[in-house]
Amino acid sequence: MNSTGQHHIFSVLVENKFGVLSRVAGLFSRRGFNIYSLAVSPTEDERFSRMTIVVDAADSPLEQVTKQLNKLIQVIKIAEIGPGEGVERELALVTVKAEPESRAQVTELAAIFDAKIIDVGFDAMTIQTTGTPEQLDAFTDLLRPYGILEFQRTGRVAMAKLVRQAPKLRSVKGKSA
Amino acid sequence: MKLTGAQALIKSLEQEKVEVMFGLPGGCILPVYDPLIDSSIRHILVRHEQGAGHMAEGYAHATGRPGVAMVTSGPAATNIVTPLADAYMDSIPIVVITGQVPTTAIGSDAFQECDTVGITMPVTKHNWLVTDAQDIPQIVREAFHVATTGRPGPVLIDFPKDVANQAMDWYWPDAVDLPGYKPNTKGHPKQIKEAARLINEARRPVIYAGGGILKARAAGALRELAEATGIHVVTTLMARGAFPDDHPLAMGMPGMHGNYTAITAMQQSDLLIALGSRFDDRVTGKVGAFAPDAKIIHVDIDPAELGKVRRPDVPIVGDCRQVIEELIKAVRSAQEKNERPDLSDWDRTITGWQHDFPLRYEQPEGGTLKPQYVIESLRDHTPDDTIVASGVGQHQMWTSQFWKFNHPYTWVNSGGLGTMGFAVPAAIGAKVGMPERMVWAVDGDGCFQMTAQELVTASSERIPVKIAILNNAYLGMVRQWQELFYEERYSEVYLSPDLPDYVKWAEAMGCVGFRVDNPEDVVATIEKANEIDDRPVVIDFRTDYREKVYPMVAAGSSNDDVILGPEFNEQDVVQ
Ligand SMILES: Cc1ncc(C[n+]2csc(CCOP(=O)(O)OP(=O)(O)O)c2C)c(N)n1
Ligand SMILES: [Mg+2]
Repeated sequence: MNSTGQHHIFSVLVENKFGVLSRVAGLFSRRGFNIYSLAVSPTEDERFSRMTIVVDAADSPLEQVTKQLNKLIQVIKIAEIGPGEGVERELALVTVKAEPESRAQVTELAAIFDAKIIDVGFDAMTIQTTGTPEQLDAFTDLLRPYGILEFQRTGRVAMAKLVRQAPKLRSVKGKSA
Repeated sequence: MKLTGAQALIKSLEQEKVEVMFGLPGGCILPVYDPLIDSSIRHILVRHEQGAGHMAEGYAHATGRPGVAMVTSGPAATNIVTPLADAYMDSIPIVVITGQVPTTAIGSDAFQECDTVGITMPVTKHNWLVTDAQDIPQIVREAFHVATTGRPGPVLIDFPKDVANQAMDWYWPDAVDLPGYKPNTKGHPKQIKEAARLINEARRPVIYAGGGILKARAAGALRELAEATGIHVVTTLMARGAFPDDHPLAMGMPGMHGNYTAITAMQQSDLLIALGSRFDDRVTGKVGAFAPDAKIIHVDIDPAELGKVRRPDVPIVGDCRQVIEELIKAVRSAQEKNERPDLSDWDRTITGWQHDFPLRYEQPEGGTLKPQYVIESLRDHTPDDTIVASGVGQHQMWTSQFWKFNHPYTWVNSGGLGTMGFAVPAAIGAKVGMPERMVWAVDGDGCFQMTAQELVTASSERIPVKIAILNNAYLGMVRQWQELFYEERYSEVYLSPDLPDYVKWAEAMGCVGFRVDNPEDVVATIEKANEIDDRPVVIDFRTDYREKVYPMVAAGSSNDDVILGPEFNEQDVVQ
């Protein structure tokens, strides 16, 4: 399917059982959607896992996919995190050429981006960086002229932003009743 | 109590009140066939696993209870994929149990291993691989729960051989634990009120009833709604029987081969009340041109159906029966405040179409036998509550058109998947579920050849189904398309009327076989067949191969362009 340039982030709570990933992935491919990135991890409750799925698609067919996803017996809950509604982070490992004459510049760049050098070789080093997808894009763009030898990203994880408004007193009372 | 996994599986099926299952044993499922000998469950030994699956479907269609099939691993599992896909498309509750190689061998390309769970994932509502015998009762309970609740559908339990031999402590769970599965059955009251308001404002309303009515056992409620509002009803291919064809408000089947009135009433309506229907392309024709002026009320238990094809003005997620019952109350209370809308103009328009454009065919006296005449004769010389199954093709469309379905659960057919070969095994399954009822299959000669061997099953199990083959010597529906859309270039559609010899074949399978090649003998032969109750009967009706199914809306065309067929002159149609 052609890229629409529209990224949608889904945070999907699923049962932590054999085969769930293939059910979810199968559903996307069956309906012709491309998963842009996918991260799966355990949650605070061992019965469940959380998938953060980033899909590249237009809105209306996507509605059908989320509804179909909801129908999967092992999917507990789906939340779409709209643009600006969530906090997103991703981690990247980059191995970049760092010959003696450019090493200082690469190290400096890493420092600016708050990245960590986690492995050093004779003429290359591996840098770990976390941030929003855009920060990672920017960092790799800047490293590219030095020569990227290997590159991996985890795919993003995302959570809805916390509510900043203090709850009204009355609704607090209502809760406890 | 200690049981083996195999014993626990059979006992769990008994707990689920399974009375009959359809299947065929083999290596990996062997351990389960042993405790079956001592079980109260009747097992019907099929001749091909596809037959087992369709029998389970036919049983479920006719009884509303889940059909159960059990087969071995590998090729047997792949043989039952077609019925699973069929049941998935038509929302039929079946539970399929497949043998699997021992857990220790999974993934090693062991003899008769295949990834059954992977293969069937897209065609089941859910499936399970059992890895611990202790889980068996829980999984069986969940499987039946998932198959029969919400939008029903097929489920599969893949059962490795070592798990069957493993010991477990017997228990029966008192609840299912499926945190991600909570079908919503009760419609939103505000939406129901809004629907009632639209109904009381509409001038050209149509009830568009789908298979969901039957799944929800809502035929009674539907009738009450139609009568309370005076609104005419179309019944889709999957809903034939959900509303009596002899009711004055019945318009019959819409869609590609629907009748002119049903198609056109939907097309010109200002309100479509879609109840358990899914705007299938065979119903809507070209979607963009479908019922352009209609507002849509769409009731379905599956939220994914709402807005999938056409965005509803009033979407209601819920069980059709519960929602219709609430809707009737809401309509009645709205009627108390305002007068019931005057639909008499619209009723007259509908009656006018019915008068001017009925289904038509001509049976010349002494001429070649017309398939429609065979179906009308069958209809008129069998009990009113006869269950009729069909294959896929022209004969299916004629049966749906010309039969009078006056009772729910009398029509067993493959709608969504269009599976040739469905009729014979499905009829057998229906007869097993409803032994007191007469069961006929109307089959095509092409379809019959795909699963006819199940008549051996029927003969040996004394299941007296009756099969009417409309033998036109062609893959008739495909021929019809080649005639109309490929300039009569007939490619690979001729079958021959005599090869095989259907009468001899029937007799070889332990059935009674008759042949009819002229209109005069039709009724007498049907009556002879009706007398036979100790074995299956097959009638080879030699029908006119030139006959085509009309009306027809060509694929991709708008429903405004109904082709009425040769019995009508072009100028008859005044829009
Ligand atoms: C398994 C399968 N294969 C192919 C088709 C395509 N198909 C649809 S109708 C039809 C012809 C059926 O022939 P027959 O059973 O003789 O019925 P008729 O149309 O002649 O009444 C075919 C080949 C199908 N629906 N199912
Ligand atoms: Mg034929």
